[in-house]
Amino acid sequence: MASSGAKKVRSKEKPGKSPAVLPTLTPSERVDLLRKMVLIRRFEQKAAQAFMQAKIKGFCHLYIGQEAVAVGSISTLSPTDAVITAYRDHGHALARGMSSRECMAELFGKITGCSRGKGGSMHFFNKEKHFHGGHGIVGGQTPLAAGIAFAQKYKGTGEVTVCYLGDGAVNQGAFHESLNLAALWKLPVIYVIENNEYAMGTHQSRSSAGYPLVKRADGYDMAGITANGNDVDDVREKMWDAVQLARTESLPSLVEVKTYRYRGHSMSDPGNYRTKEEIAERKKESEPISFFKERLYKEKALTEKEYEEIERVAVAEAEDSIAFAESSPEPEVATVFEDIFAPEDQIAEFRPPIGS
Amino acid sequence: MAVITMREALNQALSEEMERDENVILLGEEVAEYQGAYKVSSGLLQKFGSKRVLDTPISESGFAGLGVGAAMQGLRPVVEFMTWSFSMVAYDQIVNNAGAIRYMSGGQYSIPIVFRGSSGAGLQVGATHSHTPENWYANVPALTVITPAFPDDAKGLLKSAIRSNNPVCFIENEKLYGFKDEVPEGEILTTIGQARIRRPGDQVTLIANSASTHVALAAALQLEADGISAEVLDLRTIKPLDLPAILGSVAKTNRVVIVEENKPFAGWGAQVAYEIQHRSFDDLDAPIERVTGLDTPQPYARVLEQAVMPSADRVIEAVKKILA
Repeated sequence: MASSGAKKVRSKEKPGKSPAVLPTLTPSERVDLLRKMVLIRRFEQKAAQAFMQAKIKGFCHLYIGQEAVAVGSISTLSPTDAVITAYRDHGHALARGMSSRECMAELFGKITGCSRGKGGSMHFFNKEKHFHGGHGIVGGQTPLAAGIAFAQKYKGTGEVTVCYLGDGAVNQGAFHESLNLAALWKLPVIYVIENNEYAMGTHQSRSSAGYPLVKRADGYDMAGITANGNDVDDVREKMWDAVQLARTESLPSLVEVKTYRYRGHSMSDPGNYRTKEEIAERKKESEPISFFKERLYKEKALTEKEYEEIERVAVAEAEDSIAFAESSPEPEVATVFEDIFAPEDQIAEFRPPIGS
Repeated sequence: MAVITMREALNQALSEEMERDENVILLGEEVAEYQGAYKVSSGLLQKFGSKRVLDTPISESGFAGLGVGAAMQGLRPVVEFMTWSFSMVAYDQIVNNAGAIRYMSGGQYSIPIVFRGSSGAGLQVGATHSHTPENWYANVPALTVITPAFPDDAKGLLKSAIRSNNPVCFIENEKLYGFKDEVPEGEILTTIGQARIRRPGDQVTLIANSASTHVALAAALQLEADGISAEVLDLRTIKPLDLPAILGSVAKTNRVVIVEENKPFAGWGAQVAYEIQHRSFDDLDAPIERVTGLDTPQPYARVLEQAVMPSADRVIEAVKKILA
């Protein structure tokens, strides 16, 4: 197991190019991080309830337990940097500043959803927020991230791309091909492995050879960095190094963040591959929201009363998102034929359509 | 009009579009220093530099997906597969990413990408290197599939494909790279989605694409000697199908033989046959015949491979059967 907090930056980059220092957040900015984490937690709990009521269909992969990873890492980015992830995407979308309304409405399959009801849980998109999905095939998003970073570099925008993947994705060929291309072409991309220990129901010890997973960076001569995913501050600090490396030197990194999900792989997961005791133990020792909350108490940045208010507001926002999703209209059936082709290049169709 | 090869026509299209738009880049195996495995990209590295003409590792899934990501971010990549047979290891990127991101994002992204490269059998390269996968990609709703048979169409359609804001699979045929024909001087932009009558006739329509168009033309020439007038309709674009052109020709000849190099099961010809019987049943004087690659993996030995490929003889046999 990777010692959390251990950091390794490839030697040839150093010294002399030390990155700019991670900006210190004000107490209220630190509280904002907690606020986002709590919002994600409450949003996901409401989504779970709605799923149990069959208001959300399909697959629904919850982010509960992993909130510090998305919130900490995205807090180190500029608003125009690119974010792309796999199918467990609700937390990243909210951390990126997408509204809980557009996210919940997408889960409900409504026209007001972030993908107009065509994507569902696994396929959230918001181009304006530079949130490039939401991708359903394990590892399939990793070459896209290299391409987005390629275009950023090609255009000289100074922007970077962050690509999230799970520990189950590290054995996909596409991931290795992406690391190779990113390192070979010096692309400003950060691959973040959210290691929650389980590839669906298969523990990492039965899934991957070669620990820690961050070692996969070595083979491609990339910076490999590890972070404690239960500590939002540690995630921020380690991600900052990677983001600076990408932004100032156009070099990719692989960041392994140790985390844990408290819910099943998806809502349909019976969870028989691990014990309830294991989950309880993990929650007790390192639950990310409590951990950070206690730290803010100690720093006198937050009072219990203020925390109660954060909870109240988060629950209210999650409930509002449910109400919004429920009251939003279904997509018109005619929209099923929209968004297939670019309207400006739509070839005049022969009616009735092919196959009818 | 200049007489140039298919390879030169494709090269001109790439060069002109890269000249015109700096967002157009070319990437793939051996496209730069090697000057292209089939020399289609010859000279482009020297003209546009290594920022825009990029040799990739042998890593189709990686560089095809990289192209899609770059397209999401506003570039217009042309991704070369050395052969389309190698595109299978990039299938997820082509189908799920290029083919679905506009739709599943509710229309937020354009994916202006062209995947192109050689395809086809007949050169004794065996089962792994001989695929004609246009029917596989035509099965993906958002993909445009183009299969040119002549240099002028290759040039005009590739230029249109590069300018399209939709993902395009541009499937060339290895046997045709050296084929020479007239190509008009100056800019040509051929409209995507239109078939072309390459030889008019009135007794039977031979519907073909890519290298099979030349098989059909050879058959038509021999049929003429036997007093049979065959029309050859080159589809040029497999998806979208040009149904008005197809049905128009059927209304004239009342008999159809479809010639396609891909395998018979759910080959594009099966769809064309369905559309014709569904929409123009009363125009047909005989059952539709299909001449396809035989339903075997592609064999190596010449005599075996020739038996598997569509041939003028098999086309003539099919025509005579439905004219009898």
